[in-house]
Amino acid sequence: MEFKTVVFYFLAAILVLAALRVITARNPVHAVLFLVLAFFNAGGIWMLLGAEFLAITLVMVYVGAVMVLFLFVVMMLDIDFARLRDGFWSYFPVGALIGVLLAFEMILVLGSTRFGFEAFPVADPAADFSNTRELGLVLYTEYVYPFELASLVLLVAMIGAVSLTLRKRRASKYVQPSAQVAVHREGRVELVKMAAEKDEPTAAEAAAATDNPASAPGATAKN
Amino acid sequence: MDAILQPVANFFGPIWPLVWSLAKIVVLLIPLMLGVAYMTYAERKIIGFMQVRIGPNRVGPLGLLQPIADALKLLFKEVIMPRGASKGLYVLGPILAIAPSLAAWAVIPFADGVVIANVNAGLLYLLAITSVEVYGIIVAGWASNSKYAFLGAMRASAQMVSYEVSLGFALICVLLISSSLNLSDIVSSQGTGWGASHGVGFLSWNWLPLLPMFLVYLISGIAETNRAPFDVVEGEAEIVAGHMVEYSGMAFAMFFLAEYANMILVSTMTALLFLGGWLSPVGFLPDGFHWLALKTAFFLFVFLWVRATFPRFRYDQIMRLGWKVFIPITLVWVIVVAVWLMSPLSIWK
Repeated sequence: MEFKTVVFYFLAAILVLAALRVITARNPVHAVLFLVLAFFNAGGIWMLLGAEFLAITLVMVYVGAVMVLFLFVVMMLDIDFARLRDGFWSYFPVGALIGVLLAFEMILVLGSTRFGFEAFPVADPAADFSNTRELGLVLYTEYVYPFELASLVLLVAMIGAVSLTLRKRRASKYVQPSAQVAVHREGRVELVKMAAEKDEPTAAEAAAATDNPASAPGATAKN
Repeated sequence: MDAILQPVANFFGPIWPLVWSLAKIVVLLIPLMLGVAYMTYAERKIIGFMQVRIGPNRVGPLGLLQPIADALKLLFKEVIMPRGASKGLYVLGPILAIAPSLAAWAVIPFADGVVIANVNAGLLYLLAITSVEVYGIIVAGWASNSKYAFLGAMRASAQMVSYEVSLGFALICVLLISSSLNLSDIVSSQGTGWGASHGVGFLSWNWLPLLPMFLVYLISGIAETNRAPFDVVEGEAEIVAGHMVEYSGMAFAMFFLAEYANMILVSTMTALLFLGGWLSPVGFLPDGFHWLALKTAFFLFVFLWVRATFPRFRYDQIMRLGWKVFIPITLVWVIVVAVWLMSPLSIWK
């Protein structure tokens, strides 16, 4: 067996196991972390196929950003595990039916003669072949309109999410950074000159005062 | 070299590529770990001098054996696990913290051609790996089952996700003008231009045309590594070291190793991307690894300098700086650089 094949089965086995654990793990935080593991192994398999741009983007976008926020939310939620498992068996038939249907469709597509290695021979890339460059060229020339359309859809989704969750809270206290930066001493502290109100010190007290000149009177702070 | 290696390669047979890669990794990691150890020493000494103290001076001459003594002490300490902790994840936390900060070094070139993996998508790989770093902190903070640790983890995830965006945009500017994702190519592209042909190579490095991005990258790098003045993640005065509060012994040391390895990584990256890596600043001196080491050392000094100079940011100010200042600046600058690149005034053609 070739070394690459060994690596593939290794990654694929971990991927399948991790994906199974995502739905069987009791603790949602563990489930999210297993999903992260699954993403990593999927990235590894893509890397094996020579699709390094897609593999790294998968790790960067999903593992580095999306799953972090997922984890963030799952950790903050107060989840009742018993209620989460409720009604598992009543939903099971529908879920199983959909699963079988999906598997059947995949077999239909992937198992056909039009989708095998014979139909898509693997091109032997040149030595300085850059996956990123090729993808970029195709994406910004041939598929530029679909690409821009997809970005527009994402933008709309982004604005929609913000506008749905944004609500003004009256109680929140607001600071104006520019006002904070623009503060000067004159606006906060006033120095007031005051005449000394003490009696004439005796000789001993005068000597002590010159030893310890701190706590000079006359400055009062006002906010 | 080949004559020496060939018999060894024959001895190992088919597993030779694996052995050879492992050997390269060891050759990289040992100096790196030593660098981390002496970075802690340098930090204590430099901040000591800045605060008119002496710093460590008891163990060995000038206190030079202090990091070794610290490491030994931490090795022999017991690793305590809190009763309510999530056992597997509690152990996994420090491992997840240190693994990405070491894995990132695979694509860092140290001189022309001296790199473990000279991949075309090197910069992307670095971005992906550094974005995974946050998991160690989150997992550790959650698994500890402690309020302080959890607060630290929450702050860490918010802060690191925010600053990654501006970090990424700064990198996009760099790869726009060098039109490559390969770190070696990015460095060599800085060796061409007006300055390089007139003997003042430092003028054609990326820091000058990308000056705002250079500063944003440096500051975001400090925030990304959770160093002072952005160290609310640890916040030893408020949440007593955050995600690390329940850890002891070597598990605790792993977080420290990761933090310092990340500092060295960010400094090296800044040197490679903006200060021409191993290129010599002037024409009459030869290029070489020593230039990269010098530039990295300078940025590491900046890390310590900043820590000794500035008070800790308030948490909402950190978020404001990330989202409302850096991201708009970088967004605009990406467009400015792209337009500049395509205009007749472009200096990179």
